[in-house]
Amino acid sequence: MNHGNTARHGSALPPAERPRTSPHHVIVIGYGMAGARLATELSAASGIEVTVLGAEPHRAYNRILLSSVLAGKHGETDITLTEAAGHGVKTRTGVTVTGVDRAARTVTLDGGEQLNYDHLVLATGSQAIVPPIPGLEQPHPRVATFRTLADCRRILDAAQGARTALVLGGGLLGLEAARGLAGRGLAVEVVHGVGHLMERQLDPGASAVLVRTLAGHGVAVHLASSATGVSADDNGVTLRLNDRNLRADLLVLACGVRAETGLARAAGLRVERGIVIDRHLATSDRRISAIGDCAQFGEVVGGLVAPAWEQAKVLAARLTGADPDAVYVPSSPVTRLKASGIDLAAMGSLQPDAACEDVSFADPARGTYARLVIRDDRLTGAVMLGDNPSVGQVIQLFDRKGVVPRDRRALLLGRSLGGAEAPVATTTPALMPDNATVCQCNTVTKGALVRCWRSGARSLDDVVAKTRATTGCGSCKDAVDGIVGWLSTSDSVGVS
Amino acid sequence: MTPSAPPDTRATALPLLGSPREVATHCPYCALQCGMTLRETPEGRVEVAARDFPTNRGGLCQKGWTSAELLDHPERLTTPLIKGQPATWDEAYDYIVDGIRRVQETHGRDAVAVFGGGGLTNEKAYALGKFARVALRTANIDYNGRFCMSSAAAAGNRAFGIDRGLPFPMADIAEADTLLLIGANVAETMPPFARYLTGQRQRGGTQIVVDPRATPTARAATLHLQPTPGTDLALALGLLHIVVAEGLTDQAYLAERTTGWDAVRKTVAAYWPARVELLTGVPVADLEATARALASADRAIILTARGAEQHAKGVDTVTAFINLALALGLPGRPGSGYGCLTGQGNGQGGREHGQKADQLPGYRKIDDPAARAHVAGVWGVDPDSLPGPGLSAYELLDALGQPGGPKAMLVFGSNPVVSAPRAARITERLRSLDLLIVCDFVLSETAAIADVVLPVAQWAEEDGTMTNLEGRVLRRRALRKPPPGTGTDLAVMAELASRLGRTGDGRSVAGGEQSGGFSAEPRAVFEELRRATAGGVADYAGVTWERVDAENGVFWPCPAADRAGTPRLFEEGFPTPDGRARLTAVEHRPVAEEIDAEYPLYLTTGRVLAQYQSGAQTRRIAALPGGPFVELHPDLAERLDIDDGDTVRVVSRRGEMIAPARLVTTIRPDTLFAPFHYSGMGRANSLTGDALDPISRMPEFKVCAVRIEPVTP
Repeated sequence: MNHGNTARHGSALPPAERPRTSPHHVIVIGYGMAGARLATELSAASGIEVTVLGAEPHRAYNRILLSSVLAGKHGETDITLTEAAGHGVKTRTGVTVTGVDRAARTVTLDGGEQLNYDHLVLATGSQAIVPPIPGLEQPHPRVATFRTLADCRRILDAAQGARTALVLGGGLLGLEAARGLAGRGLAVEVVHGVGHLMERQLDPGASAVLVRTLAGHGVAVHLASSATGVSADDNGVTLRLNDRNLRADLLVLACGVRAETGLARAAGLRVERGIVIDRHLATSDRRISAIGDCAQFGEVVGGLVAPAWEQAKVLAARLTGADPDAVYVPSSPVTRLKASGIDLAAMGSLQPDAACEDVSFADPARGTYARLVIRDDRLTGAVMLGDNPSVGQVIQLFDRKGVVPRDRRALLLGRSLGGAEAPVATTTPALMPDNATVCQCNTVTKGALVRCWRSGARSLDDVVAKTRATTGCGSCKDAVDGIVGWLSTSDSVGVS
Repeated sequence: MTPSAPPDTRATALPLLGSPREVATHCPYCALQCGMTLRETPEGRVEVAARDFPTNRGGLCQKGWTSAELLDHPERLTTPLIKGQPATWDEAYDYIVDGIRRVQETHGRDAVAVFGGGGLTNEKAYALGKFARVALRTANIDYNGRFCMSSAAAAGNRAFGIDRGLPFPMADIAEADTLLLIGANVAETMPPFARYLTGQRQRGGTQIVVDPRATPTARAATLHLQPTPGTDLALALGLLHIVVAEGLTDQAYLAERTTGWDAVRKTVAAYWPARVELLTGVPVADLEATARALASADRAIILTARGAEQHAKGVDTVTAFINLALALGLPGRPGSGYGCLTGQGNGQGGREHGQKADQLPGYRKIDDPAARAHVAGVWGVDPDSLPGPGLSAYELLDALGQPGGPKAMLVFGSNPVVSAPRAARITERLRSLDLLIVCDFVLSETAAIADVVLPVAQWAEEDGTMTNLEGRVLRRRALRKPPPGTGTDLAVMAELASRLGRTGDGRSVAGGEQSGGFSAEPRAVFEELRRATAGGVADYAGVTWERVDAENGVFWPCPAADRAGTPRLFEEGFPTPDGRARLTAVEHRPVAEEIDAEYPLYLTTGRVLAQYQSGAQTRRIAALPGGPFVELHPDLAERLDIDDGDTVRVVSRRGEMIAPARLVTTIRPDTLFAPFHYSGMGRANSLTGDALDPISRMPEFKVCAVRIEPVTP
């Protein structure tokens, strides 16, 4: 097999430059969130045949929702993604690709079958890392990673009848797994090697509040604890730490993921921590692209859905010719912890330099923590934990690089957009200014009601008939009633 | 009728309340059609009183209270105008007929177009569709309801097989445990409707309002969701995602009464809360609270209005909310359901009887051979003589004067110079016509550029029927005759048809009824409408003016005089071929024009309390306050050095408007708001774009990209 230079010279024109004489065959390896999204994006195009090859035996599912399945909120069928149907899209699940021949432009399947491609897309995803801890060399039913639907099923099987669980890893996925299992009634302990939780997204202050919040939901946290060994038997799992042993009915490993680069490496593509891609999503072979968790753009290896979908969109635009010049521009991701009773959003960097403003609010007793890092009136980082009504606005301002309100408290505290005026009815009639509009629907001011009274109206009905106040939406009825009552008891405003 | 005499418009109303100078009728403005009593004083002044009708329950807003001021207004037109000069009716008719003949001989029949309105009575809307197809034989008729109700209409038809704004009486709304209003600001647009909302809250109900602005309606709600303009579709998908995620769907209902659920379920799997939060700016916690409030209610109602519908994805947005309602098992459940809040006075009836480009009376489709045969029979013409579907409203206006486009147009009850999107371009197109004819009672901005203006009657001077937002057919009654020199829309159509020699041939049709012809008498037209709609989706066959009087209105469908109307739809099934409601999978998509460095702000347009639609009527009423303005957030204003009341210029890729700035904290800092009621430099539609919904052809009025700058004095 020749992995040499043949694929690098002129025959490998980018797809957009290729004359459209025959159907263009695109093979997508991987039917996860990136591959499924790409297939859907391509399904609308004519002149392209797409074959999606998935290793898992079932349809593409929404990995984002696996923690909801673990928590018992979603059923398995509820997380299935829309099938990439359409003329010219063929999906084959339960097949493994064993090799790529770049010179012949074929892929070989586990049964020996070969498929030709004009363009190949690697969307092979990532694998859960099993840390090199003694005792984890062999699989055990009480020990599971948390990455795939199959993992999820294994954990749920192990959780049947269990009362306690350990989670190794206090990152996003570990905490979601912990909260999900706690929601099923298990007492859960999280073991994390660093001094604070989700250290890539949070600062120690947010972590401290989060630890407290988790405790309220039945999740205990051990920070700065390294695991030195695992022993699992029929009755449970023991996790040895540097200073003590923990025992539970099951152990979930949430120690991060590693890009799945085996095929790419074997095919001679450039691979670092992931398959290296450029802003055209091309690998070192221009007839092969990579998207999603397996791909490395700059220093960043995939791992989140939003960039994977953006990559799918850009690649589809290039492959279909809808926008042959489309390029991938990474955006800054927002991390959102999805767990019942925990509302956490984290984004950007919390390492302010001298040019940054750093504003924060903490109310640990109520589980609230908010911190904004602002530079040139734009958010460069933020964390919002607990009840922060402005969280939607903060996320959008960060994502869109929008200008933050002059008064930063508007973002830190409460709803900055509201500003509803006090309803008229709450104001004492005597103190209300004459030009205050009492009845909006008919633009009747307090002054108009007073004038009506002074010109002889002596009952609510009279005042209503003459001013038309209250006849619209009717919500000012109490206010008008109050003013008429005040007029009827107040000597000072009677007819002189 | 002799050709030279003004049309005969004798009122046929039998005044209800005893006095010959007093009639029970309804407000001339919005689709709430508040009941009112009109009295003529001995001095000849007309007084308005609120009437205790089942809809408005004695309420009226200031528009209704002051509506009679336009009857004797000094700007009232009382003589036809040709090129701005007074003319006799005979001269005007000669001019029009010559012009129509010349244009049709040179450019073909479709070169004469008709543009109608959602404020026209059922009789006029019906007659106008017939006038276009029989007298002008043009395919090109559409109306301003395309800018109003078309997205909800298309989504309703797609899901339920029928489009009736509210499938239940308004009274149900006050009884709802949870009410979700999307893009509806009824506290300003139809204030007496807000009584139902107040009642609903007072009963302890949960009320959730979705609006990019904290409108009076939103501020009164128990929860306000304030999304980025143009993201209601994502919001709906996100709510349904949560409903699925938390196991809150009504599985039995979905299985027994709907089709299409599987595809919808898979689509919404991709709209998890955090993703929707990023798209909409609505916090996850609020999304969850909304979904749970809907799902946990015994009676839950979801209502959309223009805020959700006036988008290039309006149909899919409404569809997504209907999907949500269906997943919760709401439509057809007592006290629950989905509805849309119709806007224009006869926005409901006006969209049923054939002034739409693709439609024949009774909500029939013009490309359905059976529908064509039935209607042609009533009209006394050969079915093959009926034209096919024509251009939709914006496309029609945009084609005026263009190669292959219409060269002449007749406008009834509409003012597109103010109300059409990308209005500067549309004005240019209208000006390019060989012949523009406008029927109106004041010199609207569109009438002002017309070749011929025909002065016509106002609401208090004519009889007819209107169909309100509930699908309830109501009677409009004449208090007095139109002023000397004015005609009526029906009489204009009858006279033009007669002069063109195309009235339908009156040949005998099946059933032995003699048909054909155009009547100037609304009652005769209604009787014909009953026959034309018989067997259609919007079946009025059993509705009579007497029943409308006796029953406080009749809800369609009402197929026979001895059968009750239908206040509540869907109790037994849906009027689809298999009796099931259809869920359709839809995806969110971005707005047609995203903001960028040059145009960094969203503009959304809408309505204010004291004005109605293009303002041709309400701007002339001295008692109604107002003028154009631009709302912006103080944070934004501070950055741009704009003070409250400063004159500002708002610029889009299509034009600009100039108006005073109004600083409010009720708007998002990335969004401007301008009411669309005004003309000249204050015309908001100078800014709006012409991206159209692929199904409804609704323009994207509710969001476009703009910048704002102070105007230095």
